[in-house]
Amino acid sequence: MDWQALFLTLRLATVTTAILLALAIPLAALLVLGQARWLAALEAVAALPLVLPPTVLGFFLLVILGPRTAVGRGIASLLGHPLAFSFSGLVVGSVIYSLPFAVQPLVAGFASVDAALIDAARLLGAGPARIVYSLLVPLARRSLVAAAALSFLHTVGEFGVVLMLGGDIPGATRTLSIVLYNQVENFDYAAATRTAAVLLGLSLIALIAIYAGGRPRRGRHA
Amino acid sequence: MLEFAIKASRGNFHLQVECSFASPWTVFFGHSGAGKSTLLRLLAGLDSASDAWISFDGEVLSDVRSGIWRKPGSRHTALVTQSAALFPHLSVAANLAYGLRNLDRKAQAGRVEEALELVGGLGLRDRQPRDLSGGEAQRVALARALAVHPRLLLLDEPFSALDGNASDALLARLQPWLKQTRVQTVLATHDAADAIATSSDVALLKEGRLIGFGPAADVLAQERERLKARLAGL
Repeated sequence: MDWQALFLTLRLATVTTAILLALAIPLAALLVLGQARWLAALEAVAALPLVLPPTVLGFFLLVILGPRTAVGRGIASLLGHPLAFSFSGLVVGSVIYSLPFAVQPLVAGFASVDAALIDAARLLGAGPARIVYSLLVPLARRSLVAAAALSFLHTVGEFGVVLMLGGDIPGATRTLSIVLYNQVENFDYAAATRTAAVLLGLSLIALIAIYAGGRPRRGRHA
Repeated sequence: MLEFAIKASRGNFHLQVECSFASPWTVFFGHSGAGKSTLLRLLAGLDSASDAWISFDGEVLSDVRSGIWRKPGSRHTALVTQSAALFPHLSVAANLAYGLRNLDRKAQAGRVEEALELVGGLGLRDRQPRDLSGGEAQRVALARALAVHPRLLLLDEPFSALDGNASDALLARLQPWLKQTRVQTVLATHDAADAIATSSDVALLKEGRLIGFGPAADVLAQERERLKARLAGL
């Protein structure tokens, strides 16, 4: 078992999930509470990674974050190193790639909160930020758990973006998916099976947790 | 004094009302679909209109033409509707304290106590909304609106889950307090008995237009006769 790759993968997924929730909660709230027409375009952009092949996304990010663009050069001069082929670059790529998996459950959860509650809060003087943290987040906590779990799992399993943007640098960008790819390429099916089993186990445990939390509680009748 | 001139459209429904209410208690009377709820939501600032000018006690709350629009929470206006809309994850006391963030804890507790007492709901303080009956939830919703000490209280059939006696008793408790604290109240109802019982000014609304305004005995004379005839036929 490549423990270094496992820990790197878990670290990447944890950091990505934390950043995604910080971004996705206000974004989803804006999409649900906002009424501007341009929000439809914003929603489409946020959902784009769902339909875009990961390698295409990884390629665009590689080009944008590379030394040939002003953005890439600006980031490199700010951080002291380019984002491409670094852990930080992987985090940026993962956040963009997994954005819809965080935003969409939250949009569904926030939209299901009774509009009369939001009106009541507005009448009592609550602004958008207070409505989000005092009403939407606590009332849509199952969606929050689903968004966190899906973002985490999607990051754990990502391959195309990681390969294009991060390459295969042990300890920096080599995640479990890359390890699995290398093991299969080397015909080491025993090791590949163990790696795949770890990925499968992680996914299954998280999904069981989501579905267990989301199941309606039935009353106990004699 | 509440003054307004509003034009608004919701699909095929067009609302066009211009009026001023000076008396402390005014009733909007109209049958379902007359535009009562739409009008109250516009007055509360929850919805926008194509053309609206709303002023309360000389302060302009909305003026579409001048681009003035005060947010719902800063109009000193409360709206209580048929739907209690209590925050389900907060206790009754926390629901009441939601709009009292600017007060310290002691002052908040005092306001909560005062508002619950007004609606006869002191015993509900520590209950959760899911444990309340429909009538209790409406009392709490009313208490939550009163706790912030609004200057304008808009009531959109808020006693629909209370039986006639309970509703009358609640109104009897409420009216002296509203008078004493100088809260101007507008009650929307489709129940002629409610409108007549409050002996207030009545604005008669039909299909989005104001078709009568004055003392209940005059404006609702026809409705009164209809009610009498119904009772006689029983």
